[in-house]
Amino acid sequence: MKVREYASVIEQKEIAAGIFSLWLQTEQIAGEAVPGQFVSVYSGDASRMLPRPISICEAEPDGRLRLVYRVAGKGTEEFSRLRAGETLEILGPLGNGYPLDAMLEKQGRVLLLGGGIGIPPMLQLARALQAGDGTEVQIVAGYRDELFLTEELAAAGKLFIATEDGSAGTKGNVLDAMREQGIAADVLCACGPKPMLRAVKAYAEENDIPCWLSLEERMACGVGACLACVCQSKEVDGHSHVHNKRVCKDGPVFRSTEVEL
Amino acid sequence: MNTKVTLAGVELKNPVMTASGTFGSGAEYSEFYDLSALGAVVTKGVANVPWPGNATPRVMETASGMLNAIGLQNPGIDVFLERDIPFLRQFDTKIIVNVCGRSEADYCEVVERLADAPVDLLEINVSCPNVKEGGIAFGQNPEALRHITQEVKRHAKQPVIMKLSPNVTDIAQMARAAEDGGADVISLINTLTGMKIDIQRRTFALANRTGGLSGPAIKPVAVRMVWQAAQAVQIPVIGMGGITCGDDAIEFLLAGATAVSVGTANFANPYAARDVAAGIEAYMRKYQVEDVRELIGAVNQD
Repeated sequence: MKVREYASVIEQKEIAAGIFSLWLQTEQIAGEAVPGQFVSVYSGDASRMLPRPISICEAEPDGRLRLVYRVAGKGTEEFSRLRAGETLEILGPLGNGYPLDAMLEKQGRVLLLGGGIGIPPMLQLARALQAGDGTEVQIVAGYRDELFLTEELAAAGKLFIATEDGSAGTKGNVLDAMREQGIAADVLCACGPKPMLRAVKAYAEENDIPCWLSLEERMACGVGACLACVCQSKEVDGHSHVHNKRVCKDGPVFRSTEVEL
Repeated sequence: MNTKVTLAGVELKNPVMTASGTFGSGAEYSEFYDLSALGAVVTKGVANVPWPGNATPRVMETASGMLNAIGLQNPGIDVFLERDIPFLRQFDTKIIVNVCGRSEADYCEVVERLADAPVDLLEINVSCPNVKEGGIAFGQNPEALRHITQEVKRHAKQPVIMKLSPNVTDIAQMARAAEDGGADVISLINTLTGMKIDIQRRTFALANRTGGLSGPAIKPVAVRMVWQAAQAVQIPVIGMGGITCGDDAIEFLLAGATAVSVGTANFANPYAARDVAAGIEAYMRKYQVEDVRELIGAVNQD
């Protein structure tokens, strides 16, 4: 169930230029979150009305919740100044996460592809999949230049790296890394910029690999009411009976064959 | 303490309703609180057939508000009657259906389809700035507004609220045009047409280029227009535009509104509409107001 909480900040660190790791203590949200879900984070400044949707990086049963986000504007800049002991208003967990049961059933090589600020949610997903018998977790993390979360990711699966500037791993994007490092998969999951998701979707469909994508779109309410964050769906959607699924409510995780990018 | 108000013979338990388009048909917010706390739920606009709406991005935050250009995405009247009305009937609140269309015939078709539905009031959206046909085209010309009001009234079984646009020169004239056409109630304001430009990409921030501005940024404009409209007509006025708390709602009541709608605030606080209802009661206790109706139009004009 989604709830609003005033979470207290345990710790915050800048883990790469402009990328912040925020640990929060929640009452309920972390305990209920499944990989792929997100939280709405509210500004303390009433002139910034809309919540910022931020993916969940880690969620512990003791209520600790980790958000790893990029400072992209005034709202996230405000969050980046939070210090231990301060409180932050959040709503969540929101959206549908990855269908873990369906993915674990495949009992094969699961490949998680994270691009840029799409990398953080792959950590919670990798941890959850690691628990499955007969599932091999592989992760390709694609960075512009500076690396982050690599230690945690390497502990949660077999980690491959791509960087746009070639400073680490394969020079190029996550698909370049797959080709160069000969990474094969029975199941694909991806979160990242739209051109990357488009390429992953095409790859999955050409090779007939089941694939789930986590989408992003500009949101207002975060709970499915305002119809701002729609994506184009193949089938008629259940809400408006057109071809617009709501990223916040029907997603953000979709089967790749469900959506047109 | 009385919080009940009456709109065209329909009694609301309190003056607080939701602004169309910000609350769906209530399902999403019913996960947060019992909708029976509200005087009425006003649904998102419904047309005769499903509308897909505009391209994304559809929203953008602005200082103390936001721009939207959703484009009236809706499932059409068939699904609405089958799914949304029965859902809302579970709650002890009045149901107000917002109706949109591309032509007079579209509006009248939806209004007719609602004739036998358990709906308390109809709100006619002649003020959406984000669709190419219909919407605001009927809401910016007094004669077109009077005409569509008359046409809708001929087909409507329930009392009719005409929702007015602030994107006009003389709001009092528009209010009178709706009243002359036979409107039972008017509601205002819809959003103000605005624009935001992304200076990094040098593009329009919204796919639709322009969008409707809402939120606290527009509240002073809304209070002024509600006051002018209330002075101009005898029929009740529903006030909205930037209401986030009980004190905001009181301003609108004092300006002449009989009821108020909470819109964009729902996005900032999913409990906003319920909180506004509680805030009105808190004001009444603080100032020993026995009957909320004492506040309607009670701004001191000396």
